[in-house]
Formats: sequence, structure tokens, C-alpha cells
Amino acid sequence: MDNFQNQKRAISILIAAMGGEGGGVLMNWIVKAAVSEGYPVQATSIPGVAQRTGATTYYVEIWPEKLDSIGEKKPIFALSPAIGEVDIMIATELAEAARSLTNGYITANRTTLLASTHRVYLTLEKMAMGDGRLNKKKLLTSLRNNSKKALLFDASTIASEKGTIINAVLLGALSEIDISPLGIEPLKKAIEEEGKAVESNLAGFFAGLEAIKNISDYKGTDIDGIDISKSLEKVLETKLIEAFPQGAQEMIYHGITRLTDYQNQKYSELYLKKLNNFAKLDANLCSEVARHLAIRMSYEDIIRVAQAKIRRKRFERIKSELKTSSDDIYSITEFFKPGLQEVADILPSWLGKKLISLAKHYNILGNLDWGMQVQTTSIFGFLKIWFLAKLKWSRPFSMRWKMEHEEINKWLDLIQDAYDINVALAIEIAQLSRLIKGYGSTHSRGSQNYKRILKILIEPIIRSQTATESDVKNIQVARESALTDPDGKALKKALDEGANKMTLIAAQ
Amino acid sequence: MERSFAKEIELLRLKQGEVFTGEGILAVTKALLQSGVSYVGGYQGAPVSHLLDVLVQAKELMSELGINVEANSSEASAAAMLAASINYPVRGAVTWKSVVGTNVAADALSNLASAGVKGGAVIISGEDYGEGASIIQERTHAFGLKSTIWMVDPRPNLETIVNMVEKSFEMSEVSNSPVMVELRIRACHVQGSFVAKNNQLANVSTLNKEDEPASFLYDRLSHPPVTFSQEKHKINNRLPAAQRFILDQKLNEIFDGQLISHGLIVQGGLFNTLMRRLNTLGLADAFGNSKIPILVLNVTHPLVPKQISDFCSEKESVLVIEEGNPEFIEQQIGQILRRADLQTKLHGKDVLPLSGEYTADVVLKGLVDFLSQNKPDGIDLEKLLDQAASMETIKDNATNALEEKLPARPPGFCTGCPERPVFSAIKLLKEEVGDIHISADIGCHAFGTFEPFSMGNSILGYGMSLASAAGVRQIQKKRTISIMGDGGFWHNGLQSGVLSTIFNKGDAILIIMQNGYSSATGQQFIPSSINVNNEETASNQIEKALKSVGVKWMKTVRTYSVDVMLKTLREAMKTNYDGLKVIIADGECMLARQRRIKKTNAKRLAEGQKVAIPRFGVDEEICTGDHSCIRLSGCPSLTIKPTSDPLRVDPIAHVNNGCVGCGLCGEVAHAASLCPSFYKAEKVQNPGKLKKLTHNLRDRVISTMFSE
Repeated sequence: MDNFQNQKRAISILIAAMGGEGGGVLMNWIVKAAVSEGYPVQATSIPGVAQRTGATTYYVEIWPEKLDSIGEKKPIFALSPAIGEVDIMIATELAEAARSLTNGYITANRTTLLASTHRVYLTLEKMAMGDGRLNKKKLLTSLRNNSKKALLFDASTIASEKGTIINAVLLGALSEIDISPLGIEPLKKAIEEEGKAVESNLAGFFAGLEAIKNISDYKGTDIDGIDISKSLEKVLETKLIEAFPQGAQEMIYHGITRLTDYQNQKYSELYLKKLNNFAKLDANLCSEVARHLAIRMSYEDIIRVAQAKIRRKRFERIKSELKTSSDDIYSITEFFKPGLQEVADILPSWLGKKLISLAKHYNILGNLDWGMQVQTTSIFGFLKIWFLAKLKWSRPFSMRWKMEHEEINKWLDLIQDAYDINVALAIEIAQLSRLIKGYGSTHSRGSQNYKRILKILIEPIIRSQTATESDVKNIQVARESALTDPDGKALKKALDEGANKMTLIAAQ
Repeated sequence: MERSFAKEIELLRLKQGEVFTGEGILAVTKALLQSGVSYVGGYQGAPVSHLLDVLVQAKELMSELGINVEANSSEASAAAMLAASINYPVRGAVTWKSVVGTNVAADALSNLASAGVKGGAVIISGEDYGEGASIIQERTHAFGLKSTIWMVDPRPNLETIVNMVEKSFEMSEVSNSPVMVELRIRACHVQGSFVAKNNQLANVSTLNKEDEPASFLYDRLSHPPVTFSQEKHKINNRLPAAQRFILDQKLNEIFDGQLISHGLIVQGGLFNTLMRRLNTLGLADAFGNSKIPILVLNVTHPLVPKQISDFCSEKESVLVIEEGNPEFIEQQIGQILRRADLQTKLHGKDVLPLSGEYTADVVLKGLVDFLSQNKPDGIDLEKLLDQAASMETIKDNATNALEEKLPARPPGFCTGCPERPVFSAIKLLKEEVGDIHISADIGCHAFGTFEPFSMGNSILGYGMSLASAAGVRQIQKKRTISIMGDGGFWHNGLQSGVLSTIFNKGDAILIIMQNGYSSATGQQFIPSSINVNNEETASNQIEKALKSVGVKWMKTVRTYSVDVMLKTLREAMKTNYDGLKVIIADGECMLARQRRIKKTNAKRLAEGQKVAIPRFGVDEEICTGDHSCIRLSGCPSLTIKPTSDPLRVDPIAHVNNGCVGCGLCGEVAHAASLCPSFYKAEKVQNPGKLKKLTHNLRDRVISTMFSE
């Protein structure tokens, strides 16, 4: 009987991409190169409606012997990848690489993974009210642990540096992978023969090639965030903050910078004064209070928006984003729609209150707003915003200032009371401030959620003078739930459950 | 159209002996030309859109060959086009996406099949089943069975596909029946090659017209009383003729194997999947030599009982590998075996899943199950079971390889899509008036069912949204909203929805997304496309049609004006007028628009003319990371990035380089009173000397007032 064991097999290459990214072009380059080298090849895809930005895949099989050496025989190629049988997995984005892993197309005994480490966030990640991003570090670890060889680098950044699209960069990287029979020459030739954007594609190709050669000293970040530790050196220059625990100094430094810009030096001194009570306490707590106190003291109002809009750096950044040359002109249009509340906020306290009560009387609060488009590249438009920014001297007399500082003081007192019960509780209360953010309805929703959690979960604990681990956990869950959905369904559930638990314990 | 097929058209001109290398569906197109068709029609839809798209663009070649190409207004009109082959000795082919397209075509198909054909009539059916599918999962096979249309399911390599298309025309003619060639999505898009033949000129075509119409022959009408005799003719004459042809031409293939006491019967389209599984199990080589004999059904209907019973006669057991539900072929084979009184054990959907795509792992498991139940000699069962088990382990490990759940990445509205703002407006409307029943439809706007909008209570088919609200609106306190594309409107929404609602005095709201093309399938032209009707604007076409059937409440709103759209929607919800209220949401498909603008801008730049390029941005310092804007948009270019503010934690909104400056960000920020982070920046190239001068002056003045 024939023995069909241990024979040669096709080399399988799976490409995971998003519709419109050029995954099909990448596939065609590979096919072209294989054909020109005389390897039997087949490729297929399922573009369909996924062409519109959805996740999709392209599948290529190459027979490792050239046509002239196998004679009349024709290998039968599969049209779709099989679980555990992919030799080279190419992914144009990190989460799509991870998707291939969960589908079984990346396996430790067989698959060489070539993937870009940049993220194109899923809608669900983007629409979260806080931070809904997948944990990049965990994704990278899973991919590294589950592939035979993981070649991971940020191909997207390289592509934009070279003015090309990501597929050319990945093709360049592919030419270095030894289990693929296609080397630099045929792949490069495929780009040339295709004849579209040859120059930029070749630049991307060679950049990808270089990147893969140097992959061992790849220093890309595993964390989806910005490194702020560099500013630490500056921190040590500021004598004012030496009295605070070392772990909190950096945050305090940023707080001072922010508040000096927001109002003035005196205001940042007030900040330090308020923080003083925490100087001798837990460093972590002090740091969290410093963080949120600075944010709360620099609350968002029309003036702050105006301050941000007229910075020199901002205009320079926008110009560079537009890639303007010296011959071009540019314009910037701002979209404002302040409501009655925002206007009342910056008025003197007595006037603001009067305005709000009038508006409430006529039931127009929330319905009255002024939509405007201001061109800050016109002199008149710029002056409007400039004038608003100059109003910052009036802030300490405003209605909002008074209200914010009352709330801040209550919050600080509460944290101190909580500290007497336990540190974790105090930190939790400090972090609860994260809910207060944004403008208009976003701000009022956040503030309401903040107050509800305070009232339902925190105040009873403070009164009872004991806080168990689960009490603290409940607060954390409620805070996270408040950032889950804008309708407040998750928060309601969390509050109900939290309150229930407390009643149960009280009953016992 | 989205794509240019200039290179592919050259492939269609290949001559005898030249090698065609390209995509499966284009190979089919070449096969039609090699078969000497007189006419081709169809309706777009993945995976067969390219067939018609390439022919529509290949005007010159078509007139050289005398082929009449029609981009039909629906699958029904495409199917009806095949009527030409009833009376005349002309070959014709039509194409569409199945099973939905076949549903739409069903009426014409039944009538066509009853009358029977003289010239070869072939339907190229693009099957969208399994991974990546965008439609309901059903079998087209059922139509073949009920209407007596022969079903061809070729092995998925270009040679076999092309050969089977050519044979289908012959089979259609010898058996007087239409033939449907089913092509799975991966087969349509497979890159491969075959040796071409010359294109054939049809005997009767636009170049060589018939002098006289066909003489009156009642037999050719699908009308009583002849429908009774036609039904008998199908069974008594056409069926045996087709079966003879299948045997004579060896359309089904038998691959011998040494284990003669067992066998596999497989649909042609699944052959490659099966062979690869046998190969990895050590039961076949990579070139098609198998230990177990295989009968490949390139024609899945009709089956030839003798062929089946001959194949099975010496065998203890056979496994039928048939994708989809119900298992029509397996049932028929069971009947054939019973009638032939053969004791061969029949396996199929007992070891394979009843429904779903037959992927590699599914087929492997089924094969191993089959073999372990029947234990053929000379097969190391232990080893096979190990392999199946290890595949299951890999699958389990894979599912759990990530610590957190990875959400799906469904397709969505493109950057700057004109349909997105309509959903933003509806979402804002819902915040005011509460939830609303929404009848969704087929088309790009069906992406509104995904995040961040998650809207739509039903989808009943292409153009059916308004019709599907007829029973709902009577039992809802609030008015319902139906959403329809202009493609769906012309496909059948005008009749099934608008006319029916007017006729029944229905109180309903209809939003028609007028983007100017059949966009989801590749921007094919539709009756209201501006490019086709030079004298009319696209907007007029739909408005005129609506007016002429008696629509009285009608407003056309630019889609990007979220504020106006919201006001119009509010009015439609609240007005006392209790008839049909139509809002035409007007905005050209952004993909088409960008393609055009890029060209014009490049030209204008080269000529030194003024070009303005807008884009939106978010001020990092002002954004607090709540992402309300994203929940009202979902635009791919409106994304998030880590904040550079050391005090904040949450990522902030960010507009990336993909932005086309559609304006939605600003509109939404206004309409929803979101936040002042958004700005629009516009670069003007070649502004002119005076403009440049005043700009520089202004720049200088402003820069003295910047804060640091």
C-alpha cells in the first residue's frame, strides 16, 4: 500500500488585515513573486463586505518545489487555512494577530508570526467612557508565548515615515523569513511589476527588511501609553515639594505646573497648602490626591478652553499636521456651543445664581445654548478667544469657583476621615474624582454619578467607622461601572448590589 | 465603479493556448465568452460582482463579440432575461449573489424552468456561506430541486471551473433546462490559472440579428394547460437527458483508491478541503492520490442513480460530505441505495455537523469519526484519533490563549461616510423621545446595527424595510422609522414599501439614503446615479418617483447636517400628517467622492489652481477622555490615543490622518452640545498672491498674541 506519510507539504501563509488596508495587494505581491520564481501557488480571500473596514483574511499556499521539478503533477491546494497548520502568519495590526491566535492559526510548533505591534482600536474599545483598551502587554505576551517565532515591530510607524502603506513594510519583512522560499529579489520585483507607487512601496519594503534584521534590539513599547518618567529630573529642581513623600513628588510637580498655567503661582501655592495634610501620610495616597486635586482645581470652564486654543504650540502642531508648505495658507475653525450653565459658571457668584434660578423658573436651563464657529486664524476671531482667556483674573469671583472649591474641600475632608479607617478606602475616594470630567451633559452626568456613589456607598461606611475589603471593592466596582455605559445601567446594578451587601452585613 | 478592470479585460481577450492567470470569477467570465454567449445580465453582490463589473467596462470587446450586457435592476429582471433562450438558439448567462438573489429571482426561474430552454441558459450563483458571509445561511440547492434546474458545484480550481461552465451550456441545451453553477466565495476569489481557448462568436447576436421573431408556439409558454405537460416533460425527458450527459461527459469524477471497501462522496466545491485533510491524515498525497476511493459530484443535481449505486456496490460504507442543511444529496443517496437494495452503510451528517461551513477541522473530525466507526484494514486508527484529539487541544488552547475576550471587528461605515451622520441624528432623537422601532435594510446602512449605534429591529431583505414595518406600525404608540438605501429603493423598495404604504394609507417614516450608487457591492450605478442620467440630478429621480406615486410629505436633507436632520426627524415624529413621511438623506458615497476629488485636486494642483483640503482635529488639552463623540460617530479616523497629560489616565479622542474632513465631528459636537475640543483645519494650496499676503499679515498679528 502507498505510504503517504512524511511527504513534502505546501507552505501556508495567512494574512490578517482590515478591509481597505491593502491585504489583497500584499497577497498579490506574494503570488506574483511565487509565479515568477516558478513555484506552484494559490491564493484566495473572502473580501465581501469586510472591505468596509472589517477584519478579514487572505490565504496563500506555495508548493516548495518548482514547477519544472514536479513535472505533470499538480498539487491540490486548500482554499482556507487549517487550525494548527499555518507556517507564516502575517498580521497588519496587533489585535488582528491576537484574533488569529484565538482562531488557532498561530501555534508554537509551527507558526512564524510577523505582525505589526500598533493598535487600530475596535469601536468597543474607543467608545468606552474611560479606558476600554485591551491590555497591549498581555496581547504581546500571549503572541510571543504561543508562536514558534514572533517577529513583532511597529510597521505602521515605519510606513508613515516612509510615506507608504503597511503592506509594503510587511512584504519587506517577509523576505527575511527563511521558511518562505521567496527572497528579496522576487518580492521586490513583484512591487516593480505591479507598477503602482513603486518608489514609496520599495522604500517601505527596504525599511521593513531593515526592521526585521534588527528585531533583536527592538525597543518598541509594550505599554499603550506615554512614558512620563522623563520629567522626574525637573521635579528635583523644585524645592517646594521636598516635604512630600518621594513617590508623590512627580505628580505634585505636574500639579504645580498645571495650576500655575491655569491661574497663577499663588494658586499653585494654595494647591500645596491643601495637600499639606497628606504630606505625612501614605505616598500612594498622597500621589493620587495630588493628581485628582490638581485636575479638580483646574476644572474645565470657557476660560480654560480659550487658554488652550490660543497657545503658540497648538498653532504649530496643527500646521505640522496639515503639512503646510511656505506657499500654502491655512485656517482653523473652532466649534463652540456653550450653554447657559457654562456662561453662568464664569459670572460673579450672585449673578450666576440669579441667572440659573431664572432659567430654571422658565424651564430653559439645558435648552438654551449658543452654537458658534470661530475662526481663530482671523484677527477678529482670535481676539474673541483671546479676550475670553484674559478673563482668568475673574475666576476666583465666579460662581463655579466657589462651588468647586466647596466640593473639593468636602472631598479632601472625606479622604482624611477615610484614612483614619483605612488607606485603601481613602485611595478609593481620591480616585472617585475620575468620574468628574468633560463638559455640559457629560460633566453633569459624571458629577451626579460621583455624588450617588458618595451617598450610597461611601457615607454609610464613614459613619460606621469600619471598612472591609469588600466595601472598598464595592466602591471600585461602582466607579468602574459608572464608566461602562452612558445610560447608567451598570452603575445602578453596582450600587444596588453594593448597598445590599452593606445592609446584609449591618443586619448580621 | 470602485475598481478599474482594464488589466482584466485584456485577460478576456486571450487566445487558444495562452495561459490565463487570475481570479476565479474572471475565469468564469472568460468561460462565458469561450462558450459563445449572446447576452449576459445580473445584479451585483459579493462574490460575483466582478463578473458583471468587468463586462460593463469591456464595452469594446462586447461589441466586437456582439454580446448584449445588461446591468439589471434586480435579480428578478436578470432571471427574466434568460427568457431569450426559451425561443431562440442563443446562449446566455446571468449572475447574482445567492441565496438571497435566487429568492428574488425565484418567480422568473420557475417559469423559465417550466417552459424549458432551447439555447443554453446558465446562472452563475455566488454562494455566500460560512466565514465572512453577509447574508442568511441557506442552500440554493433547494431551488434546483423544486424547479428542475441542474446544479453544478465544480472542484475549485480554474481548469475545472472553466470546463464545467462550458459543459453547463451544453447540458442546458441537451436537456432543455437551465443550469446553475454554484461558486463558493473562496472559489470566486481564488487566484489560479488555466489554458485559454478562443472566444466564440454566437450565431445569433447583436452582430447577427434574427430576421423574424420566433413563431407562436404555445408549448413555450409557462401557462396552463401546457404547464402540466411541461412538468411531465421535465421528469420524462429532460432529467434522463441530463443524466446521460453527466455520465457520457464524465462530469462527475471518480478517484480510485486501494481501500475499495469504503468510499467518499463529496460535492465538487469541497474536494480540496477533503484532499488536504486526507493528506494530513496520511491517507492521500498532495497531488490527488487517495487511499480511499472518492466520487466527486461536480453536478450535484441531478444525481445519476446508476453512478451512485455502481460506486457503492462493493463497499461496506460510504461517507457523503455535503455542506449545508438539509442534506438533500445524502437523502437522495439513501433512497438510491435502498432502491438498489445495497447494504452499504451510509454516513454523512451523523459524523459531520448538521449545519455550518465544512472547514478543515470539521472535515477532519468527520473523517476520523467515519473511519473509526468502520475500521478499514490498513489504517492506523490510533494515530488518526491522536491527530483528531490534538487538533481539538489546539482549538481549546487557542480559545483560551488570551486572558481577555477579544471583541469582533465587524465591517463599518467608511471614514467620512454620508450615512453615519443619519444614525448620529437618530441616536440623538432617541435620547429625546425614547426608543423607536427601526426597520433596517440591506446595504451599507446595515452597519448602523453595529456599535456605536446598535440600531435596527428587523432586516427582511433588500429594499424591504418599509414593507416590514407595515405590521409593526399599527401596534406601536410611537411612529416607526424604516431605513432604506437608494439601491434597495430601486431594487424593490419603491413597490414593496412605498406603494404598499401609500395604498394602505400607512403612517410611517422612511429614510432613503441617497448616496448615488450601489455602494456596498462596489459602487455600481443605479437608476438615480448622476453619471448615467446626465440631464437629471440623482436627487430628482427618487423625488420624482415618490411624487408620482403620491408621496406628499417629503424632505431632502444633506446628511452631514446633523442638526437639520435631527429637526426633520423630530418633525416627522410629531407632525399631525398621518401619511407616509419620506426623508431623503442626501450625500454621495465618500469612497466615490474621494476618488473623484483626488483626481481633480491633482489636476488643479498641477495647473496651479487653488485646492483646499480640510481635516478635523481634537485639542488634546481640552479633551477629557469621555468619548461621547465616538459614541455618536464610530468613524474609523476618530479614534483614541494615550493622553500626554501626566495627571490624566483615560485615553483621549484623536483624529488620525485618515480624516477626509466630512464635517461630522463638528456637526455632532454642535448638535449634541458635546465639548469644545474639535476644530476644523483647512490647508489651501495655490491660494493666490493676494490671499497669501493678507494671510501672512494676519498670521504675524495673531502670533504676537499667542500665549506660550
